[in-house]
Amino acid sequence: MKSLEELKKLREELQKEMLARNSKGKTKIVIGMGTCGIAAGAREVLQAVLQEIEKRKLDVVVSQTGCIGMCEKEPLLDVQLPGKDRITYGNVTKEDVQRIIVEHVINGNIVEDLVVARLEEGGE
Amino acid sequence: MRELSLHILDIVQNSISADATLISIYINEDIEGDRLTIKIGDNGRGIPEDKLMHITDPFYTTRKTREVGLGLALFAQAARRCEGDLQVDSGVGEGTVVTAFFSYSHIDRPPMGDIKGTLISLIALNPGIDFMYKHIYGGKKFFLDTREIKRELQGIEINQNEVLGWLRGYISEALEDLYGGEG
Repeated sequence: MKSLEELKKLREELQKEMLARNSKGKTKIVIGMGTCGIAAGAREVLQAVLQEIEKRKLDVVVSQTGCIGMCEKEPLLDVQLPGKDRITYGNVTKEDVQRIIVEHVINGNIVEDLVVARLEEGGE
Repeated sequence: MRELSLHILDIVQNSISADATLISIYINEDIEGDRLTIKIGDNGRGIPEDKLMHITDPFYTTRKTREVGLGLALFAQAARRCEGDLQVDSGVGEGTVVTAFFSYSHIDRPPMGDIKGTLISLIALNPGIDFMYKHIYGGKKFFLDTREIKRELQGIEINQNEVLGWLRGYISEALEDLYGGEG
């Protein structure tokens, strides 16, 4: 049975690798899904993101992160265009999502009034 | 948390952090017996015995980034407010099961809320994890297993826009059936 167990591990590693490879060169959106994020409305923000992506047929990788210590600014949503800085938006509402998707993800202009942090490219 | 479905979303994050590959969510709305049971189980790495003792203490966490762990504490409090309780069964290498029960008709019991949003969120963000969802309402059942869906998809990612759209519709209809049109 050990060999099957090993195969399972290998598959998991390959899947992770595939995911990383597929996401290279794509725009990334990261949502804070810690207890603080969820309590503040992260699920609704995520639903809005998924629906915008579906509606506009965007090729974007959506993933999650845990609590990063900015609980009072949740829900947090990060956008990183390929090769650009990672921008963190705070206190994001369902209504803000459309603006962030259209202005930042599609047109490449940062929505300055919602920014709470930025991480230089490669600074992860 | 305003909704039980938000607690579920939150508690499942613990399973994800524990590297679970299979997570089960069980909800039983037993109206006749006036009891609501929510059970979340995983095959993650499990919790050592000495840490289990502190598990619902909000000022106890294994995390290094901050000093409070609120998720389980909040869920336990919600249950205890409603003549219920929360129990965590776990062992290293054996996975973890969190069971909460509530007095169904208790005035302080939070509503189930947007369970579809919780399921879609989990599936969209964690395509590599399998979810088994079982929901019983007054004896009627709804069962969803992402492994079955993935088999049908034959290698197409479960979190692709179109698939998520289909899942949204599928879960909506199933929940409407379950609640007899009132859900």
